[in-house]
Amino acid sequence: MAANGMNATGLLRDEWMERMRLFGLSSPALLLVLAILVIPVGWLFYVSFVGADGTFSMENYERMIRRKSYARIFRTTFEVSLLTTGLCIIIGYPLAYFISQLPARLANLCMITVLLPFWTSLLVRTYAWLVLLQKRGLVNDWAITLGLWEEPLKIVHNMTGTLIGMVHIMLPFLILPVYGAMKAIDRDYLKAAANLGAGPTRAFWTVFFPLSMPGLIAGSLMVFVLCLGFFVTPAVLGGGKVILVSMKIVSNIELFVNWGAASALGVVLLALTVITLWIASRFLRLEQMTGGGR
Amino acid sequence: MKILMTATLAAGFMATTALADGSVTIASWGGSYQEAQSKALFEPAESATGIEVKQETYGGMSDVRLQVSSGQVTLDIVASGSGSAARAAAEGLLESLDYDVIDVSTFYPGLYTEHCVGGDVFSTVYAWNTDTYGDDGPQSWQDFFDVEKFPGTRAYRGKVPGALEGAMMADGVAPEDVYTALDSEEGIERAIGKIRELKPHISVFWTSGAQHAQLMKDGEVDMTTGWNGRFDNAKKDGANVKYSFNQALLDYDCFAIPKGAPNKDTAMKFLAEISKAEYQDDLPKYITYGPTNKAAYETGVITAEQAAALPSSPQNSEKQVPVSLEWYAKWETIAAEMYDEMLTE
Repeated sequence: MAANGMNATGLLRDEWMERMRLFGLSSPALLLVLAILVIPVGWLFYVSFVGADGTFSMENYERMIRRKSYARIFRTTFEVSLLTTGLCIIIGYPLAYFISQLPARLANLCMITVLLPFWTSLLVRTYAWLVLLQKRGLVNDWAITLGLWEEPLKIVHNMTGTLIGMVHIMLPFLILPVYGAMKAIDRDYLKAAANLGAGPTRAFWTVFFPLSMPGLIAGSLMVFVLCLGFFVTPAVLGGGKVILVSMKIVSNIELFVNWGAASALGVVLLALTVITLWIASRFLRLEQMTGGGR
Repeated sequence: MKILMTATLAAGFMATTALADGSVTIASWGGSYQEAQSKALFEPAESATGIEVKQETYGGMSDVRLQVSSGQVTLDIVASGSGSAARAAAEGLLESLDYDVIDVSTFYPGLYTEHCVGGDVFSTVYAWNTDTYGDDGPQSWQDFFDVEKFPGTRAYRGKVPGALEGAMMADGVAPEDVYTALDSEEGIERAIGKIRELKPHISVFWTSGAQHAQLMKDGEVDMTTGWNGRFDNAKKDGANVKYSFNQALLDYDCFAIPKGAPNKDTAMKFLAEISKAEYQDDLPKYITYGPTNKAAYETGVITAEQAAALPSSPQNSEKQVPVSLEWYAKWETIAAEMYDEMLTE
């Protein structure tokens, strides 16, 4: 027993040493995170309380309450982000499922096609949509020639165009983690379910779908958070009518004489994002996505 | 902090004396615009005066703000839009110009201010698609806002500059009274209300010159507001576009000296040189922007044909409304917030 006790302390000491070593190894990364994340965010927070005259002031926040446009812009931002995430799930999940069922070689080919847009600049893809969707664009031209519709449809310079563009750009961010989670699911579970009398639909919903949830949650959150700060695509495809927080930040920097007016928007967006994620974490088990939560 | 400031100021002062007064650093917007400025203004003036010119590109008045607030001013002259120059001046970022040195006696009135001297003139016009309306498109702002007389889609500016004046004229205010009528929140709301009425017909609120040119080229909208030079370029590229100078907004780009510029006096002399008619008359060769100095039309360099297309030619400028910088300095931020409320409705 005494030997065991000594062994245990030895093990504990080893474990502690190991942890310290790991900490030592990761400290440059931690410092980097501190330098490039914590300091700028802190500065952002500080600057948002500096008024036009350079002293402490709440004017940047007061303005956001006084002017109705700010609340509307935040609402549009969350609306666009939610809709984009929803559409990405509706399109991306079945696609990922389909690819995950394919034989390896075909699946790889499909994944390359999914990833291909990543190799093209965001700006190019956005303008490509503009060319496709505009009044005399390819989509309207072909549809009218084919007799699908008579008058050109308004599918760009509005919410529709913004969503089309954003879903296209965000889709890989959803498909990748979902596909990863699906590939990791042991097919034997489904066979076991079938063996126990579950039909394919029931086996999918009670066995496969819950097991793919971590990937789906990770992908959806990634898409949602990326959408919240999106600039280029809504600016080009929204026709100046879909105004998101990022666009307001830019115009406030140009318009007002201090950085505070723009910083305050950033702070509010950050706070709202954190609150949203916190609420989401109450309903979804977020720790799943990091593989933790033992 | 104070010691640091004094130290930087002292360093700046020493740098000034060390360089004597033989050179100026000029920042502009780059691209074909700065190339035109360089060929028509900077290079000839450099050889005429012996003042060495160093050219840079910059990101606008926010760069100047950063330099002035940190006490590290490196730029002697900056090219700027008139509106942002006015705001920068109100912020105290610019030196007062000495009009005993710079001769503006033959300038168009309103194309120079205490802090900024005009370099070229452009117009905010309404343009139309000649496929839709033929050559006789809208001839006034009233026509532009009249969707019964001119049915079709519009594009309009997504920001305040150049957006409210036309709406006010469409609402029946005489061109010369536009800025008086806009000189209150009620007035601004009146103009915005007019745009709100037109909004169902506005497909796009444009944010850049490239964008409104593209909208016309692709036939995305039937009518838009925008900057005349862009439409000229679009036309050269085959767009079916025409515009009118009637009731257009005469605006200009200008040169300013940042507060604490290292070679302030030389910069003043240099500005005096490039403001002369004999330099400005070369500008239209390189870009379709007009001179701010009326005398540039009398040197014989600008042909009658060229002049007819320029915003600041005598026959075109008299039809237009000069943009009031005082109004923008006083109201732009307030109007911008009100405008955004209309946009987000």
